Amino acid sequence: MNLRLLAQKSLASRRSTAILTIVSIAVSVILLLGVEKVRVNAKSSFANTISGTDLIVGARSGSIQLLLYSVFRIGSATNNISWKSYQHIAQQKGVKWTIPISLGDSHRGFRVMGTSRDYFSVYQYGEKRTLKFTSGKQFEAVFDAVIGSEVAKTLNYSIGDQVIISHGTGSASFTQHKDKPFVISGILEHTGTPVDRTVHVSLAGIEAMHVNWNGAVKKRKTSKVVTESNLQPESITAFLVGLDSKIVSFKMQRYINDYAGEPLLAIFPGIALHELWSLMSVAEKALLIISLFVVVAALTGMLAVSLAGLNERRREVAILRSVGASHWHIMGLLITETVLLTMIGIIIGLIMLYSSIWVAQPLIEKNYGLFIPITAPNVRELGMISVLLAASFLVGLVPAYFAYKNSLADGMSVRS
Amino acid sequence: MNEPVSKPTLIRLKKVDFAWHAQAKLTIKSGNLCVEEHEHVFIRGASGSGKSTLLNIIGGIVTPQRGQVEIVGHDFCQLQALQRDRVRADHIGFIFQQFNLIPYLSILENVTLPCRFSKLRRDNAIERSGSVIEEAMYLLNRLYTKGQFSFQRTTSELSVGQQQRVAAARALIGQPQLIIADEPTSSLDYDAREAFMDLLFDELKHSGSTLLYVSHDPTHQHLFNRVADMSVINQQAEVAL
Repeated sequence: MNLRLLAQKSLASRRSTAILTIVSIAVSVILLLGVEKVRVNAKSSFANTISGTDLIVGARSGSIQLLLYSVFRIGSATNNISWKSYQHIAQQKGVKWTIPISLGDSHRGFRVMGTSRDYFSVYQYGEKRTLKFTSGKQFEAVFDAVIGSEVAKTLNYSIGDQVIISHGTGSASFTQHKDKPFVISGILEHTGTPVDRTVHVSLAGIEAMHVNWNGAVKKRKTSKVVTESNLQPESITAFLVGLDSKIVSFKMQRYINDYAGEPLLAIFPGIALHELWSLMSVAEKALLIISLFVVVAALTGMLAVSLAGLNERRREVAILRSVGASHWHIMGLLITETVLLTMIGIIIGLIMLYSSIWVAQPLIEKNYGLFIPITAPNVRELGMISVLLAASFLVGLVPAYFAYKNSLADGMSVRS
Repeated sequence: MNEPVSKPTLIRLKKVDFAWHAQAKLTIKSGNLCVEEHEHVFIRGASGSGKSTLLNIIGGIVTPQRGQVEIVGHDFCQLQALQRDRVRADHIGFIFQQFNLIPYLSILENVTLPCRFSKLRRDNAIERSGSVIEEAMYLLNRLYTKGQFSFQRTTSELSVGQQQRVAAARALIGQPQLIIADEPTSSLDYDAREAFMDLLFDELKHSGSTLLYVSHDPTHQHLFNRVADMSVINQQAEVAL
């Protein structure tokens, strides 16, 4: 007995309620899998922000704060660290490389980061990927700047353009280093990390634009000449450390944290990233719970529709019984209907989800820096779909049971 | 399912007691009925005489609390519900008073419905006409005013008389041994009634099926081999009357 055909025809005869049920299932699938896809990709893009760095060192504060300003360019440091301390640690045994980071200025809302040339060869993100240039090259002269792909795209910059850096990190800063414009020497390839939104200059460049400045205030009278000799920074904001061997990382972390010269903090980027993500996982869980409730609502709606229609179908059940259908056939028919509705809902939901990802992909990437690839559902998503199908089977058991009870009372003739 | 060696008796009910609920009054009390193969039996009874209960027992939908029920050689009191469903699907074709058809299926799908539940009737249909569809078309063309409707269409546009003919075609498809008709003409007008009875008996001549015909209206009882009154079959029926 082909119950699917009967179920299909029966559903087709109740087209409007069937379509509404399918739509509600489809919407719940879009929400459930959409949230999942955003979550997974946000998490992986988050974890891919920095790699290959063993320690991040800054002035003593919280590990998340240090991670936020040194890697994500969010917030600012409470204190700088002295060049002397940096040099001291950089020369320790076991230290393979260090990248100094000097923050505090911005250009039209994008953070400016002073660093060394090593940055372009040593810094890694994602699966151990190094930075590459779309055009131009790293900074050579003091007033050279290398910009991330998003800076270039948003501000429509190309090699040779002049940029004026503002003092401070506000997007509308009034104190600008107008006297010392920088020239773009290179544009980096897209990375999907905060590097895209950064203007990189040399440490010397940072020093140079602050010559004749005293703290945040322009000095009026003195006008020192900018030369290579006086561009040695006295302090930096933070630095990244690569070690010869992972084995020494704990030892090195303790050494830095116990450093007597000044209060320093060394963190493992992986652990700090994890800590930061667990802070955000509350929102992630809330979203997941909301989408689960939408699924429950859709299934409940389907159950309500199925139960409401049951009384009108007593005659149909009696007829099927008279031509030889067993109780199992009747129950199977009702279960097949709910599973069929859910399957169609899932398929339509998936089609709508993927087409909306396809449409929204560039917008999401531009606005949130999050790239959501169009990939086949992963194991977890397939698991969710299977659970939904199983749930629809269980939901189908309810009208199936009531139809069974009705049919026991009715026999082959409906006495109504 | 083991087929019984040809037995002349298709229906044998002995001292059947039945109540729909354990505490309820008996609907059928000490019911006795015997119908032999190829017989056309008219059962006369008013509503409330236990007719539909009797048909539910013969169809294997319910089993009596006491007594013997033997249908087409199967002891229904010994069989599981699923096995009784199988006997019903294989050997019995029903025609009811009205609302026989499933509204969301086409005429043709309604007629072929029993062949979805019974392999035996499917095989019979194929053996006689080559395919289930062919057999359904054959029956419809005999019972039906030819070419009036496309058989692919739904049943909603059919008149009651036409619906009853479709129901008859469905009861007859795959040559079940037993046709049970429960007031099949009571919702038809006189002309349609006569036409329906002619067609039904014509088809029975072809298929050789046994007919159990239940009605409160004695108009057609002369067409039958035997007439039984519900009050004789069911001791309880007298009280109900």
